[in-house]
Amino acid sequence: MSDVLVDIQNLSFSRGDRPIYRDMNMQVIRGKVTAIMGPSGIGKTTLLRLIGGQLKPDSGKIVFDGLNIPTLSRAELYQARKKMSMLFQSGALFTEMSVFDNVAFPLREHTRLPEALIRLVVLMKLESVGLRGARDLMPAELSGGMARRAALARAIALDPELIMYDEPFAGQDPISMGVIVRLIRELNNALGLTSVVVSHDVTEVMSIADYVYVVADKTVIGQGTPEQLRADPSPLVQQFLKGEADGAVPFHYKAAAYEDELMELTK
Amino acid sequence: MTARKIEILVGAFIVLSCAAFLMLALKVANTGFSGSSQTYTLYAKFDNIGGLKVRSPIKVGGVTVGRVSSIELDRVSYTPVVALEINAEYSNFPETSSVAILTSGLLGEQYVGLLPGFVDDTVLMLANGDTIEDTRSAIVLEELIGQFLFNRGN
Amino acid sequence: MIANKLQLIGQQALNSVSGFGRAGLMLFGAIVGKPNIRKGLPLLIKQLYVIGVLSLMIILVSGLFIGMVLALQGYTVLVKFGAEGMLGPLVSLSLLRELGPVVTALLFAGRAGSALTAEIGLMKATEQLSGMEMMAVDPLRRIIAPRFWAGVIAMPLLALIFNAVGILGGHLVGVEWLGVDAGSYWSAMQANVDLYQDVLNGVIKSMVFALIVIWIALHKGFDAIPTSEGISRATTQTVVTASLAVLGFDFVLTALMFGG
Ligand SMILES: Nc1ncnc2c1ncn2[C@@H]1O[C@H](COP(=O)(O)OP(=O)(O)O)[C@@H](O)[C@H]1O
Ligand SMILES: [Mg+2]
Repeated sequence: MSDVLVDIQNLSFSRGDRPIYRDMNMQVIRGKVTAIMGPSGIGKTTLLRLIGGQLKPDSGKIVFDGLNIPTLSRAELYQARKKMSMLFQSGALFTEMSVFDNVAFPLREHTRLPEALIRLVVLMKLESVGLRGARDLMPAELSGGMARRAALARAIALDPELIMYDEPFAGQDPISMGVIVRLIRELNNALGLTSVVVSHDVTEVMSIADYVYVVADKTVIGQGTPEQLRADPSPLVQQFLKGEADGAVPFHYKAAAYEDELMELTK
Repeated sequence: MTARKIEILVGAFIVLSCAAFLMLALKVANTGFSGSSQTYTLYAKFDNIGGLKVRSPIKVGGVTVGRVSSIELDRVSYTPVVALEINAEYSNFPETSSVAILTSGLLGEQYVGLLPGFVDDTVLMLANGDTIEDTRSAIVLEELIGQFLFNRGN
Repeated sequence: MIANKLQLIGQQALNSVSGFGRAGLMLFGAIVGKPNIRKGLPLLIKQLYVIGVLSLMIILVSGLFIGMVLALQGYTVLVKFGAEGMLGPLVSLSLLRELGPVVTALLFAGRAGSALTAEIGLMKATEQLSGMEMMAVDPLRRIIAPRFWAGVIAMPLLALIFNAVGILGGHLVGVEWLGVDAGSYWSAMQANVDLYQDVLNGVIKSMVFALIVIWIALHKGFDAIPTSEGISRATTQTVVTASLAVLGFDFVLTALMFGG
């Protein structure tokens, strides 16, 4: 069994005419928390969808557990997906089911366990995210942080090998943020998971990641352990880590010179 | 809403629609098996049946006693032969009875009017398969008007 | 300028053709393949409830009123010719052949079709469909298929109920209120309504309409742009497109069934 769970080689992908990735390489090591950081709109969610096989790359390989995802048949892809799991930005809980049924959903779909056993597993997973008491609530009754934790319980219901978090910290209050940081780390260690965390929240990511990729300009611009990254000489990486407004990545979206546009008005 | 309650409501919905279908099939479009009672068939030859159709009612004094079950053309005489399917409840019509094709109202549907005849010792009762001899055809409006104009001309 | 216009028209033609293609693929993915009774039946029952039972009220009320109006209007005309005995056939044939299937389909598009589009569009926008896909559950099978079958089953049943209630409504006004003879209301109906020609052709019509409405509703939701504006547009499109398609197909079917 190789050490690399997800191996992305020479990946290129574009949305219509707009390239999102060009010749990108990335590796996710088994049992580690790998973080992918980058400014919004750079294509981080897209990358997770590529790994999950929901999008097909223009070229390049995405090898998950020895299988090249883009070349799999539908049935093989569905088999592979049972070993991975994704926590969407919005949680993506099924709104017409209770929290309990949401967590039970993958179990009921993919196993033929008796209901009593399903109940046991669901309560265990809910306990691990601290929501055992909220099992009968509907998703609409949960706060943002609770919804994300419930979704996390659902994501680990089938004991996947890989779990991908899309912006797990976005829009959370400091306390739920702390809870989620702790959960990601603990679940990774306790269940022997491999985690991929996509985020632009530098502090949180640096505190839990074993290895970090910084993505910008359609490819990886910096990588390493958090310590290595802090010492990275690249101005782009430094600007992103320190959160400076303007620098190598310009604050302004490409536009005509401001003076010229102002002059237009006076004509 | 529990799953059980939903199942019951869906079941009720399906039962309701079956009832609707039965009503449409039996009460609205009379398929014949509504009474599912026994019937016997008499035949009558007419010169002209006008607008009579299969399943038109057969009435005695306004009471429906049966339906027209088929209309065919006699191969020899080329006159229409109408099969009258009559409820077995009304079985004792004498052979002196007559039938006429009548219209309810000026523009209404056409039906077969059955007029029971007199009974005495020599008269037999009509039974399944018998033919009623005394028939009066449908009144065709064009012929009527033609006759009227002809008589006026005289 | 003209070249631009032509290009635009060509673009739109291509778009609508590819829309048909996507709709076809969606339906194909949803209904082809062996069904899983154990998992599928509870889902189907749930959807029969949402799509069928919850549409029952509007169907009952409109059926009753349409039957009553038909009787009232029909009576005022028929009575001029002394032909009020034909009120039964008038009411029942109008309902069975035309109004039952068509009005049910239009109400269904407005009540259940729009709700389905919004529901599925919202599931898409909140990443529930993607989430399901990532859990190795096919949303076409899990979400689209039960709704499709429930719609195809429920609508003809609703149309039957609509017809029955409408004929009773006609009885209410024609017989109870306007004094048409009850015997002639029903017997004239029985003499003129044919089980195959009228009742079953009506059922076939409403099956076709069910297919059209439910397919459009599901496709518009599944294909919606996942924003609030996109969903609201998709919902409107469902009602408009489905209603027009029903009326268009009604003409074709009527010509085929009763025209020759
Ligand atoms: N369904 C889509 N169709 C077309 N473009 C899209 C779609 N989804 C995302 N994009 C574009 O792809 C780019 C990357 O999006 P995304 O992966 O969501 O970025 P991130 O998660 O890094 O914020 C964005 O610029 C976005 O506009
Ligand atoms: Mg994103």
